[in-house]
Amino acid sequence: MKDCYLGVDIGSISTKGVIIDDDNNIITSAYIWTEGNPVEAVRKLLDILKLNLPKEYVVKGIGTTGSARKLIGLMLKANIVKNEITAHAIGTLTFYPNVRTILEIGGQDSKIILIKNGIITNYAMNTLCAAGTGSFLSSQAKRLGINAEEFGDYALKSKNPVKIAARCTVFAESDLVHKAQVGYAKEDIIAGLCKSVVLNYLNNVGKGKKITPPIIFQGGVSKNKGVVKYFKEILKEDIIVDENSHLMGAIGIAVLARRNKTGNTYSLEMKNVTFSTKAFECHRCPNTCELLKIYRNDKLVDSWGSKCGKY
Amino acid sequence: MTKIAFPQMGDYYIPATFLLSHIFPNDEIIKAPKITSKTIELGTENSPEFVCTPFKYTLGTMIECLDKGANILIQMGGGCRYGYYAELQAEILKDLGYNCQLINLVTEGSASLKRINKLLKQINPKYSKIKAMYYGFITIKMVKYMDEIDDYIRKNIGFEIEKGSFENLKEQMLITFSHINSYRNLYKAYKRYLKKFQKIKVHKPDNRLKIGIIGELYTVMEPFSNYFLEKELAKHHIEIKRFTNVHYLLFEKAHKYKKYQKYSKEYFTYSMGADASDNIARCKYLCENDYDGIIHIKSSFCTPEIGAMPIINKIANTYQKPLIFFSFDSATSETGIQTRLEAFYDMLEMRKNK
Repeated sequence: MKDCYLGVDIGSISTKGVIIDDDNNIITSAYIWTEGNPVEAVRKLLDILKLNLPKEYVVKGIGTTGSARKLIGLMLKANIVKNEITAHAIGTLTFYPNVRTILEIGGQDSKIILIKNGIITNYAMNTLCAAGTGSFLSSQAKRLGINAEEFGDYALKSKNPVKIAARCTVFAESDLVHKAQVGYAKEDIIAGLCKSVVLNYLNNVGKGKKITPPIIFQGGVSKNKGVVKYFKEILKEDIIVDENSHLMGAIGIAVLARRNKTGNTYSLEMKNVTFSTKAFECHRCPNTCELLKIYRNDKLVDSWGSKCGKY
Repeated sequence: MTKIAFPQMGDYYIPATFLLSHIFPNDEIIKAPKITSKTIELGTENSPEFVCTPFKYTLGTMIECLDKGANILIQMGGGCRYGYYAELQAEILKDLGYNCQLINLVTEGSASLKRINKLLKQINPKYSKIKAMYYGFITIKMVKYMDEIDDYIRKNIGFEIEKGSFENLKEQMLITFSHINSYRNLYKAYKRYLKKFQKIKVHKPDNRLKIGIIGELYTVMEPFSNYFLEKELAKHHIEIKRFTNVHYLLFEKAHKYKKYQKYSKEYFTYSMGADASDNIARCKYLCENDYDGIIHIKSSFCTPEIGAMPIINKIANTYQKPLIFFSFDSATSETGIQTRLEAFYDMLEMRKNK
């Protein structure tokens, strides 16, 4: 029997799962859409992972990260629940111990992590708007009638990217419509979009941060060749994109699950586990907290959202 | 009948109520309800959109007090946009149809005792200056003692062995303080509680994390407006250093400015308004001493702090200290703050264990 560790990264757009062994080898991985239902997505994810996991492995640790980390952490009884910034840094450091800068653009958020001698020295996350993230790109792809996956290839074709005022998602969209209506070619608009994502990222998240090579670019958007190209062009540095760049958060949390293992064995079987949440509003005081009660196998395991601590 | 009210901030409603109820014994003092989501909703609804958040909080409490029947409101002013709060709030309340008098004790950045006396006399002609001086003295002492005890709590609350022991004792202390009637009484209560606080068992490891909180004064002092940041840090077993409190603002700020300026003269030459220059000096202090990280908090659109932020960033870069900025507004997402705070904590932990 061999030990293995599961890391699950539940993001806004996609859910990622990775199983690693003691030597950081990826045994199996999965990448599916969250579709607004993290619990169902994780059930599906586990089914896929279970199918591909060789029989001789036993799961010795589970870690969750991403925006639904707390919820899924309770569902899977994870031994570690960590924020995505730490998870991404740990994941990247496992494969690239010399990395200095991590650029990460996900579905709803983007972050920059600066590293020196293997420890995080500074980080930032977008605060105001989604104009520099993947959801912006995917919604614009839909508007232009092409697949998000083809986006990068289109961008590479362009010789003359248009300028798009991308301060904010909504205004960028109006500008985009305008550019299309006055007759710019599709690939030029797409290239302009990719460039505007890069500029927005550097002006918002990257503001005041010293970007030193080696630079690693990850998150779902790193699969977009157009964005990578403009990062290279604007930063005038080489950008490394790992083939598992979209899984880095899940790998990081799996590594953390191994470091914090308790000796327990975990099951990936979720068929017999019922998991539900119940939301209600408390009217004891004018705070009117939105409370969420979480039930696992019809047993209350946690409740969130209370300001006073009554629940 | 006169019903007096004033905006909320932290636990300072206790000394303020004490003072007002003693110098105006025949008038009613309306205690502002605790700040809740409704307060900020009311404030946001009736404020200009891009005004700093304390304006919204104080306006919200004022409206809540007026709904409870208050007809005299007391507001102050300061060396930034705070200096215009009272005038603007009076206009807004008038437009909303409230019939009240808003008294601004500090205008044009100066608190002249003569002027304050005159204004207080307007509230009630029976007001006596001698009495006000006596109770004013006790109030100042009360503020000082409360701030001292808070300082002790901040250093130790993260390490309490029995959960909630500090918070429970503090609640008891506040109740006792609100029933004080003489200086002797206050001093005894202070000594008694200080001993009790010191007796609470704590486990403070040598390699504990120490964080300094700097930033805009209202956001720093009103826990609701910073989403209970200090509580959150205490949960992670962190020792907290905070500089700003009311005692500092009233009695230390003015003469400390020169010292601060000398101490950090390479970073600023002229006063930057409100607490901006103080925070630059404090940032340098935290960097030079054995603090593991710095958290800078402000309300959104706080202009002096926006001016100070690049300098603070530069200082932290020079000394290689982790620094994080938070901006709080009625539209700030709590989850976003928690994620960033968790990452900050992990980062400090990683650095410490290296």
